[in-house]
Amino acid sequence: MSHDAKHDAHGADGGAHAHPDGNKYLKVAVILTLITVVEVWAYYIPALVESPFFNPGLLIMSAVKFGIVVLFYMHLKFDHKLYRALFTGPMIIAMCTIMALLFLFGQLSIKL
Amino acid sequence: MATIAAPTHAGAADYGEQTGIWSWITTVDHKRIGTLYLWTALSFFLIGGLEAVIIRTQLMKPNMGFVSAETYNQLFTMHGTTMVFLAIMPLSAAFFNFLIPLQIGARDVAFPRLNAFSYWVYLLGGIFITVPILFQVAPDAGWFGYAPLTSPQFAPGPNIDFWVIGLQILGVSSLAAAFNFITTIINMRAPGMTLMRMPMFTWMSFVVQFLLVLAFPPITIALVFLLFDRFFGTTFYAIAAGADPLLWQHLFWVFGHPEVYILILPAFGLVSEVLPTFSKKPLFGYNVMVYSGIMIGFLGFGVWAHHMFAVGMGAIADSIFATMTMLIAIPTGVKIFNWIATLWAGEIRFTVPMKFAIALIAMFTIGGISGVMHSSAPADLQQTDTYFVVAHFHYVLFGGSIMGIFAGIYHYYPKMTGRLMSEKIGNWHFWLTFVGFNLTFFPMHFAGLLGMPRRIYQYDSGQGWDAFNLMSTYGTYLLVVATLFFVWNFVRSRKTGAIAGNDPWGAATLEWSIPSPPPEYNFAQIPEVASRYPLWDLKDPAKTAGIEHSHADSMTITDAHAVPVHEETERKTAKELGIPMPFPTAKPLFTAVGLVTMFCGLLFLRNDMFAVAMTITLTGAAMLIGGLYAWLTAPLE
Amino acid sequence: MTTSHTAAAAGHDDGHVHHHYTTTGLDHRKIAIWTFIGSECMLFASLISTYLIYKGRSIVGPFPHEAWTSETGQQFHAILDIPVTSASTFVLLMSSFAMVLALQAVQLRGTPLPANPTWWQRSQRSSQGWLLMTALLGATFLGFQAYEFTSFVHEGLTIKRNLFGSSFFTLTGFHGAHVTAGVLWLMTLLWIDRSRGLQGKNDELLVDICALYWHFVDVVWIAIFTLIYLIR
Repeated sequence: MSHDAKHDAHGADGGAHAHPDGNKYLKVAVILTLITVVEVWAYYIPALVESPFFNPGLLIMSAVKFGIVVLFYMHLKFDHKLYRALFTGPMIIAMCTIMALLFLFGQLSIKL
Repeated sequence: MATIAAPTHAGAADYGEQTGIWSWITTVDHKRIGTLYLWTALSFFLIGGLEAVIIRTQLMKPNMGFVSAETYNQLFTMHGTTMVFLAIMPLSAAFFNFLIPLQIGARDVAFPRLNAFSYWVYLLGGIFITVPILFQVAPDAGWFGYAPLTSPQFAPGPNIDFWVIGLQILGVSSLAAAFNFITTIINMRAPGMTLMRMPMFTWMSFVVQFLLVLAFPPITIALVFLLFDRFFGTTFYAIAAGADPLLWQHLFWVFGHPEVYILILPAFGLVSEVLPTFSKKPLFGYNVMVYSGIMIGFLGFGVWAHHMFAVGMGAIADSIFATMTMLIAIPTGVKIFNWIATLWAGEIRFTVPMKFAIALIAMFTIGGISGVMHSSAPADLQQTDTYFVVAHFHYVLFGGSIMGIFAGIYHYYPKMTGRLMSEKIGNWHFWLTFVGFNLTFFPMHFAGLLGMPRRIYQYDSGQGWDAFNLMSTYGTYLLVVATLFFVWNFVRSRKTGAIAGNDPWGAATLEWSIPSPPPEYNFAQIPEVASRYPLWDLKDPAKTAGIEHSHADSMTITDAHAVPVHEETERKTAKELGIPMPFPTAKPLFTAVGLVTMFCGLLFLRNDMFAVAMTITLTGAAMLIGGLYAWLTAPLE
Repeated sequence: MTTSHTAAAAGHDDGHVHHHYTTTGLDHRKIAIWTFIGSECMLFASLISTYLIYKGRSIVGPFPHEAWTSETGQQFHAILDIPVTSASTFVLLMSSFAMVLALQAVQLRGTPLPANPTWWQRSQRSSQGWLLMTALLGATFLGFQAYEFTSFVHEGLTIKRNLFGSSFFTLTGFHGAHVTAGVLWLMTLLWIDRSRGLQGKNDELLVDICALYWHFVDVVWIAIFTLIYLIR
């Protein structure tokens, strides 16, 4: 909870940018494009595809893109932390469910 | 019952409110919507009960021959589907609707029209899925509809189509309501009502809404896959195409397990309201009760495959799910102990709601014990698919949820109607229910361990099951009598019950500070809250001396119109008080009809009646879009 | 969660929009859309899980990443077209950028332009332009999807053909339906902007919740692109 004096009488989202910045969003767009380019490029390098880094690498890159869109475009980094809670909880449960199902159907092995 | 001179009982007309059928069709008032849910759900409860009576009559004696195998399949399927989706969930919804805004000091829910929409979709969906039994084409593959039994190859008739489409319709209702209540609880609490000052019913309901939001999508997808297999020839559950027969089971139980917590937590919440009231003591360990409720909700997503111990998942999976299931018994057990501690050294009044609440503690514990027995995967291999499981889940669902809901009905009936239900008839209802329930379901533990399988329509004599089945059936007939007492009490007390006044029970929370029934605006002035038990602070501070209160400056009144908690006895209309009320509107009903019509169109896809299907679906779509447009562009108030 | 001390006073209204007291100072509708997005996480998680569960288990072709010849001699080549889908992925990513600018334009309305504004500074204020751009990019994405679906069908992959076809078309079909709903929502906002103009806190919120929905649909595609197209 913040007692931030910047809030206006209509209760705007806490701590939000009073004046959003088109240039910042442009930078974000460029980063997203670059990561996508790297992902697709990697797809066409056979040595990479064969290596054990391919899948984890792709997963990490797409997770980063996912995070950037959620934090910046969806403004979650700057908005009231209630929204963060409303999103993170379901995301965690969704991720755990996917992993559990993949394990149960033998598509994922846990090396004990 | 002696007539009581005062207080006078104000009806809707005294507040300048509308009366008559149209006012119910166009209502967006959460209290009326709650009442609609209550009546509708109780009606479905009776229908589900009737299905159970026929089932038990068939099982009364070996090879009874009362109904055919196919009819029996439809009966037990509809009994389960009706009780879970059309009775218990909507009974909980009745309380969510009626009670949550009152308990948090709000005037309505966040989205009143969406609230009405949820009810109408439920009603239409309930009718959609129930009518087929009158034509002997009811769903017949169990309430859990395992594929590939429900695939087009093995279930070629329309029965399962009704089931799949009906559940999708009902899912829309529940999801919409969940979004509504989450927003309401987060955003419409009265000044001073922090989350840790909310009444327990509201807290448990809050957890349940999140369970709904997260559990319904998987079953939606599972049903979509089944629908597509049946209508479009996809291969999700087609073994010949390499499909895994366990896909349905996993997706269903990822929903199904949280679903059972959806079914029990509201009842837990109601018990947590009733016990302190009639013990004249605050709930023991409020914080722990909240955290255990949250833990149950969270852990509830990690135990689903304990419904599948016999399918061959392997030792690792079995062990993990067994362990998680045992773990979840801990927060549940904590609640039992806290309830007992609430009763301990209390000044107990054995009213009818109190009896039902205490019965829940005892009966749910029994159901919990058989549940823990199931949690051991090797032990479950004997218990699964036998009547032992039937005993378990009826102890937790009837002995738990239904008892808790009855406690809630007796407790809140005065608030809803302004009159108390008869204690005398209520006692008959309670004792006959208690005896009948135990007579029906306790023998099933034994029949189950002696090997009686579930879902069989008849059995041969000489297996040791006969006496137990006979007892169960007698118990069922006793439950019928008990339920008749309830229906009589419920209907009759509206006219002849003692006038209740604001607070007939000496309770602690905000809903008891306003008249019974409440005016349409609920609170003439939004109260400002300083503790968990605002009315006890007001009337009997000694009771709550040990609990945190702040009248300090951290609780500055932020709403200029909020006042300290007080008993409201004003009888003014909303207009006189200058409170803007939402406009009544039939748009939610219209939109709901459009949505359900769209789903009805799907029914015709399998019969090569594509043109008919398209016509109906497009008509429904037009109604849906038109209704939505009118709804979204019309001001709320 | 503690009470906000900045909540709006109850009962004050402008026009017919009553501003009611709220516990958090936030708008109901924004809380509701985030809750909705939470449920959509589980919806797409179920669809994606099913796709991944059935990956590599189709008995007959076509397959996503390998060629295959059936007993009847029918030849299927690896059916996924990475270059084309990369292009559509890029289009959808750019649509999120356009959406962000559309929201910003509505937020900037009413504030003064700097002296001697550049083209970039002026264009950031065109809410109609950016809403239209978002909708067009979204529609372009849908065009790519339509092209992809029809070419797959011609190559022998139908929704009934095998596990891959069923899970692929259902997953991407659901995603496409969400994009379609988003495009219709954007067109509605555009129409409102053209008729009465979008300005003020309430309108910002209307665009904001559409934007949140749109970005989420984009984010789901990021997951789908990686898990279905790139990972083998």
